[in-house]
Amino acid sequence: MMFVPGNNPGMIKDAYIYNCDSLMFDLEDSVSVTEKDAARSLVFHALTTIDYGEKEIVVRVNDPRTPVGQADLEAMVRAHAQVIRLPKTETAEDVTYCADLLGRIEQAAGMAEGTVHMMAAIESARGVLNARQIAEASSRLIGIALGAEDYVTDLKTNRSADGIELLFARCMILQAARAAGIAALDTVYSDVNNEDGFRAEVTLIRQLGFDGKSIINPRQIKPVIDIYTPTQKEIDKALAVTAAIEEAHRKGSGVISLNGKMIDKPVVTRAERVLALARAARVLDREGGE
Amino acid sequence: MEIKKTGMAGTMESSDIMVRVDRPTGSGIKIELTSSVEKQFGRQIRKTITGCAERLGIRAADISAVDKGALDCVIQARVETAIYRACGSTEYRWERK
Repeated sequence: MMFVPGNNPGMIKDAYIYNCDSLMFDLEDSVSVTEKDAARSLVFHALTTIDYGEKEIVVRVNDPRTPVGQADLEAMVRAHAQVIRLPKTETAEDVTYCADLLGRIEQAAGMAEGTVHMMAAIESARGVLNARQIAEASSRLIGIALGAEDYVTDLKTNRSADGIELLFARCMILQAARAAGIAALDTVYSDVNNEDGFRAEVTLIRQLGFDGKSIINPRQIKPVIDIYTPTQKEIDKALAVTAAIEEAHRKGSGVISLNGKMIDKPVVTRAERVLALARAARVLDREGGE
Repeated sequence: MEIKKTGMAGTMESSDIMVRVDRPTGSGIKIELTSSVEKQFGRQIRKTITGCAERLGIRAADISAVDKGALDCVIQARVETAIYRACGSTEYRWERK
């Protein structure tokens, strides 16, 4: 998910050319208080004009309890943003408050209720401790994300190279997301010139189980894709597992084995995830062949 | 809507357009445009500015614009913002084209 400042026409214009999965147009922290109206109008006209292809369109709005945030929602629902990213989420009520507003705006705009999805960014100790309730607060939620800059400030620390200060929050957010059956997205890495540090962080969050990474510069796209794309060995193994399942089904066998080892459900689930990631990275076609 | 004061929006950065809307000194919408691509796109830019002002119910205004290669959607956004600021209004009508 690549962040695009909401009041920068050059970046908004070029955003479609990059190979990221989703674009997050920001109306919040990257826009000064005096330019909120200008950014809102710019993103509205961009979303209703520019074809961003298959990229998921996310908009980070200002606090929905403020007039600025409510104006953002009014505009972005009508611009057909697919996902509203809720900043600084601390409680389940923050989610339901925004979800209710979205429902009212959808109704006024003649749209089906539930059209617009939500993602909640958790950026404080209170939010982390409420992660489970937040993740389960609304059927509109498709994911929760860690916002580390505000979070480490709240913890009275700062970000380190190995990210030890974020481990608890990352684990809480992951467990909450998995328990709710939604996606978990990791925070941004601000030092765009430190590719080694960025790669180390992406490797860590992939191993933890995160579904993806928020990024702030197009240069960060390739490392994320490199690290999230399964290796050929992983793909071959996953294909062998699915082939063994098909073979067993054909034979009507209840027991599935591969190279003498029994294949159980978790092995199958992991193989399916490997193949889904390979397809998303376009190293495997939709039918399963390479 | 009625223009009550000067309203400005946009920047001088590449791909943007700086728009200034003032109370009319005459009748109709008067546009003063500076653009490096005026020869090629001047007529289209003026048409977009006029169309946007008329859509917001503005019949008369003095509009000056310094274009830095803005797309049509950027021009519309900046003109709209400058007009709302000039009218002192926040009652936006979000209509898809």
